[in-house]
Amino acid sequence: MKYDILIVGVGGQGVVLASRLLALAAMKAGFHVSTAETIGMSQREGSVSSHIRIGDKVSGSLIPIGQADLLLGLEPAETVRNLPFLKEGGKVLVNTHAIPPASRPPGSPEYDPAALLSFLRAYYPDILCSDFTELADKVGTYRAANVAMLGAAAGARVLPFQEEILKAVLDAEIPEKYRAVNDAAFERARKCIRSVSGT
Amino acid sequence: MSLLTDKKLLMGNEAIALGAMEAGVQVVTGYPGTPSTEALETIARYANRCGIYTEWSSNEKVALETAAGAAYSGAKALVTMKQVGLNVASDPLMSLSYIGVKGALVLLVADDPGPHSSQTEQDTRAFGHFANIPVLDPATPQEAYELTKLAFELSHEFEIPIILRTTTRVSHSCGDVVVEAAEPVPVEAIEEGFVKDRRWTIFPKLTAERHPWLESVQEKLSERFSELSFNSVAGSGKIGIIASGVSALYVKEAIEAVRGFEELFTLFRVGTVYPFPEKAALSFLKGIDRLLVAEELDPYLEEQALQLIGKAHLPVDVYGKKNGFFPVSGEYNVDIVIDSLNRALAAYGESLRLSHASPAVSREKLPPLPIRAPALCAGCMHRAVFYAFKQAAKQLKKESQTDTIFSGDIGCYTLGNAYPLNMVDTCLCMGAGISLAGGLYHTNPKTKQVAFIGDSTFFHSGIPAVINAVYNGANITLAVLDNRTTAMTGHQPHPGVGITALGNVSKAIDIADVVRSCGVEYVKIVNTVDPDSLESCIKAAKEAMNFNGPSVLVFKGKCVGITKPDKYYKINPEACTGCGFCIKELGCPVINLDGDKPVIQDNCSGCGLCAQICPSEAICIGGVKL
Ligand code: SF4
Ligand code: SF4
Repeated sequence: MKYDILIVGVGGQGVVLASRLLALAAMKAGFHVSTAETIGMSQREGSVSSHIRIGDKVSGSLIPIGQADLLLGLEPAETVRNLPFLKEGGKVLVNTHAIPPASRPPGSPEYDPAALLSFLRAYYPDILCSDFTELADKVGTYRAANVAMLGAAAGARVLPFQEEILKAVLDAEIPEKYRAVNDAAFERARKCIRSVSGT
Repeated sequence: MSLLTDKKLLMGNEAIALGAMEAGVQVVTGYPGTPSTEALETIARYANRCGIYTEWSSNEKVALETAAGAAYSGAKALVTMKQVGLNVASDPLMSLSYIGVKGALVLLVADDPGPHSSQTEQDTRAFGHFANIPVLDPATPQEAYELTKLAFELSHEFEIPIILRTTTRVSHSCGDVVVEAAEPVPVEAIEEGFVKDRRWTIFPKLTAERHPWLESVQEKLSERFSELSFNSVAGSGKIGIIASGVSALYVKEAIEAVRGFEELFTLFRVGTVYPFPEKAALSFLKGIDRLLVAEELDPYLEEQALQLIGKAHLPVDVYGKKNGFFPVSGEYNVDIVIDSLNRALAAYGESLRLSHASPAVSREKLPPLPIRAPALCAGCMHRAVFYAFKQAAKQLKKESQTDTIFSGDIGCYTLGNAYPLNMVDTCLCMGAGISLAGGLYHTNPKTKQVAFIGDSTFFHSGIPAVINAVYNGANITLAVLDNRTTAMTGHQPHPGVGITALGNVSKAIDIADVVRSCGVEYVKIVNTVDPDSLESCIKAAKEAMNFNGPSVLVFKGKCVGITKPDKYYKINPEACTGCGFCIKELGCPVINLDGDKPVIQDNCSGCGLCAQICPSEAICIGGVKL
């Protein structure tokens, strides 16, 4: 077994925490795991991606181009940026909540999230997307969008382990005072994706 | 030693920390530097419980010397830094190799191919070679853990410091690691202590005596390394590949997709890179007729292999960086390694090609995407200071036709170079901004020199440069941006904060007092925290720039990463004229255009800088955050 997941987003969205939760769940499910974060100079507002490689054996921590089985995009532009990592027929889950870039140096292209979302749909018609930031905000805090996306991935059955395992990791890793809202975001996203994807 | 084995998800740096504690490390020193920082931070979490002396030192030279003192006393010591930090520590290191150590001394030095957050792409393997210090080169967190333990053993046995060299992809990747002890246990007390002996005092005579010993250690270690399983051979083909560190994993992944690869290739993975394990390498080289060398950064393994091939008169062709088959710079990955291996295979007429996975969407097909350039954080105090100096310089230009040159430094304030501030004209290395400004002063008498430095960097290597400016009459203005932390590497304390690595309260060193005692006559402290501080910052900047002689301003603020905002600003769309001044002037990441008028997003830090520059008074405090 070999399963490569790429989580991408913008600094401050919790990409690294989400990848840690997935890695711990994969370990709990008995696999080897390797993760690598690619974080630039910018501590905030910069592009962030995390590679998670799960399998019976794993090699380098970076997923080669065209090999990711699943792309979890916490932000539309970052999802598009990382699309070349996804393999043909790979699964994409996108948060439609756009975060415009911090500053706009002269010559930087305009940001048109709607155009990017339709670009995504053209290549991956069965893409699953929703405003997970809004969903998380409704159950308590926009900060739980990362955990909502994990719930959605579980609901869409695109993870290589049982959702109960992920749930247990979530309960063990998330500090008590944030647990309730994260649980709620996870559950809400899990259920609503299941109804959309019909699984 | 505990017999319990446990599997943990560990970052490479955490694995190194656990390995060091298992090896019984007693003293740990370092200076923060990405990607090495988490190793010391992890040990700091256990330090009190386990009785490990742990400190953030003021710079890497001091860290290494402190660790060396501990090792002279029979302690097991670890010192951590990044590759550019090793340059700072190189002075003691070059002599230390002659002196040797008791106890054990291991240097964790993290290289940064890519580079993701560094000024150089230098290769510590070459530094080890240069300094005659053995170098271990792990590929995974598991190997990092095991090689750390080996490093302590070897250092103790051979009485020589050992470098554990990692790269970003090892230090910062996480993997499942089988560790021997579930939890670190208290370390042994340092029993022997320092014993006076002439061996601890370097002197030409001693150096002459020790040099043959130093050379003989290299030979002995090369022999020992040849027997270790960290240097492994896989496959039996005539196409040989040699690789170390994470590059070896990329090669493995690239060739594993080839049917029957075991009969085609022989892969020699080197985990102990210096001194080169010649015996093991020779037996590998004798079984192949071509050698492909896959390694990031310097052609280190390539040179070692070439020497050996020449020495042993072997009929092996070598394909590496020196003849253009592999890139000489940048970080590698599986795709780069596949391309390079294919180039080499094609060059000698082999028909086999390794194949890439084909993505559904290639990079060329992507629509234009917004650039997310690195920027100062929302509400960062540096933005206000840079902006104030920009205004002051404009006024100076108007009044006396004087241009100003701004010298930056390493750290967050390098980001002052970003659009639209454009406030960094030079940046070289830690502490260099002040000395550079001095050099510019002596050669550009018609311009004004302003140097920026952060608080941690001031203590790291700024002080000698201040002394030099005073002593040699460099008429510069220095702005110390004191944000009460070492922000870029993740908020470590420093001597100005008055908190130690373990969180204990300690004597805080006052920056203004230090520069006064260095002889600076014009020293002022400026507060950047007030919501209407911009005007006073501009005024202070101007005054200091007009002072004849070295002048220092210590700007006091707080990094937004360690404070919680208690207010946030918003733009009143009625009052806003859409002039765009707030966006074009400041580059605060949370002010964005929404249609033709700007809006401030939720994550405003409430610094109030934008409110102070809006010509229409359209920006005001929006409420109190919960
Ligand atoms: S007050 Fe203005 S400049 Fe300061 S963080 Fe908020 S939006 Fe940015
Ligand atoms: S500077 Fe003031 S008036 Fe001009 S766009 Fe910004 S908020 Fe509006």
